[in-house]
Amino acid sequence: MNIEEFIKNFSELFEEAETAAFTPSTRFRDIEEWSSLLALSVIAMVDQKYKVKLTGANILNSQTIEDLYKVVKTK
Amino acid sequence: MHNPFSLSGKTILVTGASSGIGKSVAIECAKMGARLIITGRNRERLDETMKQLEGDNHQQKICDLQTDEGMKIVVENVPLIDGIVHCAGITRTVPFTYVTPEIVKEIIGINFIAPLTISRQLLSLKKIRSNGSIVFISSISGTLCSYIGNSIYSASKGAINGLIKGMALDLAPKKIRVNSVTPGMVETDILSAGSISEDQLQEDMKRYPLKRYGRPEEIAYSVIYLLSDAASWITGSNLLIDGGYTLL
Repeated sequence: MNIEEFIKNFSELFEEAETAAFTPSTRFRDIEEWSSLLALSVIAMVDQKYKVKLTGANILNSQTIEDLYKVVKTK
Repeated sequence: MHNPFSLSGKTILVTGASSGIGKSVAIECAKMGARLIITGRNRERLDETMKQLEGDNHQQKICDLQTDEGMKIVVENVPLIDGIVHCAGITRTVPFTYVTPEIVKEIIGINFIAPLTISRQLLSLKKIRSNGSIVFISSISGTLCSYIGNSIYSASKGAINGLIKGMALDLAPKKIRVNSVTPGMVETDILSAGSISEDQLQEDMKRYPLKRYGRPEEIAYSVIYLLSDAASWITGSNLLIDGGYTLL
């Protein structure tokens, strides 16, 4: 896995936000579209694509997409 | 003392008794004088429930109700009983677009197919006494509302609601009553909901007019009522226990 691919998968969960707007330092909770359903979608996407089980706390403790990527990578 | 709510002299099968609502139902039914047959997947946890049952002559069966073999263990080993409480249930919080056939099979299998099959097989073996009572644990999720990422769980509980009405009609000639309880969020569910954060739970609790989630024993008391002779004219009904959640 690499971060570019992770960002692409992450951004595809959003309906309205532009893919180009996502970078490793994007603070994902600041995105207007962010919701608890999107948090669940991130957990489901990571489970499906990376076979890693994230928790709600993992997401809560991550600020940027890169933070989250690191959690997925080390789990 | 006259007590129509007593379960004294009744033998009750409780599935999913190793944790949560099932564990509480077993413990409270025993306190009300029932003799219990409890089932669960985990021996250690089922032993723990067993230890907490008041009175004697209780039995336990380790089995996985996801398998035909597991259901067979229950059906074949159960003596003549007066009631069943179908507590075995699971949930998986997954957004609908990520639902897989395996998730559907697992949730519908345990929450819907298993209680249906066990009830039917016990009836065909005439192991449920006349004046017996079958109680399903439904949920507000799938009958009155739903939660995000909860579509298949909701489907399984909606299916239970339809099932009990049809069963109640078909079993009325046998004088066997069929009902469900419809809880809102109960404290026990939280442990399995790892994908929801503590903050989200605290926020969700505030949406209940009674400002908290239910306790397992509060569900158990309603189950006891439906099992007892106090509810002898109640069949095909859903008893809502949700701290007022669905009023808003």
